[in-house]
Amino acid sequence: MSSMITSNLTRETLRKMFAAGKRFDGRGLLDHRHVEISYNVSNKAEGSARVKVGKTEVIAGVKMVPGTPYPDSMEKGNLIVSGDLLPLASPRFESGPPGFEAIELPRLMDRAIRESGMIDLKKLVIEEGKKVWNVYIDVYPLNDDGSLIDAASLACIAALRSAKVPALNKEGNVDYDEKSTKHMPLAEGVNPISFSFFKLGSSLILDPTREEEEACEARVTWGISKWNGQYMINSCQKSAEAIFSQAEINHMMDALPKKFDELNEKLKKFL
Amino acid sequence: MRNEINEAHEADTYEGYSDDSSKKRKIVVPGETIVSGEDYLPGDGARREGENVVASRFGLAEEAGRVVRVIPIFGAFVPRRGNVVIGRVIDITFYGWLVDMDSASSGFLPIEESPRFINKNEMDQFLSIGDVVAAKIWSVKAKGNDLTLKGKGLGKLEGGFIFRIIPSRVPRVIGREGSMISLIKEKTGCNITVGQNGWIWVKGASIDAEIRARKAIEFVAEKVHVSGLTEKVEAWFGKN
Repeated sequence: MSSMITSNLTRETLRKMFAAGKRFDGRGLLDHRHVEISYNVSNKAEGSARVKVGKTEVIAGVKMVPGTPYPDSMEKGNLIVSGDLLPLASPRFESGPPGFEAIELPRLMDRAIRESGMIDLKKLVIEEGKKVWNVYIDVYPLNDDGSLIDAASLACIAALRSAKVPALNKEGNVDYDEKSTKHMPLAEGVNPISFSFFKLGSSLILDPTREEEEACEARVTWGISKWNGQYMINSCQKSAEAIFSQAEINHMMDALPKKFDELNEKLKKFL
Repeated sequence: MRNEINEAHEADTYEGYSDDSSKKRKIVVPGETIVSGEDYLPGDGARREGENVVASRFGLAEEAGRVVRVIPIFGAFVPRRGNVVIGRVIDITFYGWLVDMDSASSGFLPIEESPRFINKNEMDQFLSIGDVVAAKIWSVKAKGNDLTLKGKGLGKLEGGFIFRIIPSRVPRVIGREGSMISLIKEKTGCNITVGQNGWIWVKGASIDAEIRARKAIEFVAEKVHVSGLTEKVEAWFGKN
């Protein structure tokens, strides 16, 4: 919707404010908004979570179905992340074939989760070479007030952590009546969290609101996780026209470990 | 000052939300019967269904004499003649500027409205795409709305920033005869223009003053059904 686009003078004011280290809601440039997570929002899913970051709201659900393995990964389960930007979430989203953003969001989730090694896909084999678990993660934003990707990554982690592997009956089909308590084969303490840095002028900000995000000139998203005490970059995606200088990338790299620990601690409270 | 707010317009367009507690208000949902009887007349946001006057919007029902109306809590901006709006230039045509004012139809600002002579090839020198303008709706037609800049405080806005609130809460922010907005202006020392479409322009001496003014306005816009809000805002300024 065109009226959501920032006007010239608001952009100028935001540029000045960020340069002075100020934001409308009183946060610091790299501070996150309040995070809240609730579970079991869907009773048909194997695991589901609803995440609120400020006014941004996302639900994610995990569904597990037995299926055939892909020819290039016969000894592994399948991970499929999909998502849709519902018109419900923002006046900018239209129903119809998915646009660039609607494709980007689940792909970033997929890459961050897959490369972090959070899910041990090798343990999701039912019958070697013939039958494996398909893990579907569906991401739906309910309200877009900026920084949707970061909120979606928290929702995916929470949904995966709460998911239970359903029981199989004698014929090898899913027995939905039996209540399973078996957790998914997840690596302990590995949480691939996304961090999107937005750039306006020469300032970098994290977790922007809708109006801040609209005004920004570039974005880079990092999927960060911790494996054996080491910070890892699992995914990286840059968008929009403006460029990032090497000094800015270094600045992000300096800030990321601290930010990751901070958010990981917040997340652990809910897991 | 050019960008000073026009109190006369605000008084004209003041609709409801008075702090007068003698009038009874209740929250109604669409389809809910507000009053029954032939004596009553349905006003804005209400309709007659047989015996009853029924709400067609979600809001506060108010009885003023025989007229029953509903002051909506949410809702889009519906342009009316004489409204002062703030809009963003989205296109430059041969005859003027197209202005997005956050309603179903866009506004058109003819080239004749420019305060000085403008070469038709250099129209972006006065207003270019993305610039913000305070204008008055001159006429409302099926195809679109014509805007004018003739009036006190109208014209291109420079400096400060724009933010949005729900349009139906604009009268609340302005207050009775502009009391609320003058209180906020006085306490923060900011220059504030409130468009009827819910866009608000704030410009102050410092960024901190501007942020404070925005927070105060958002505080007012949140408290839709609270009575005696002016005192509460004064108390809020004491704390913040």
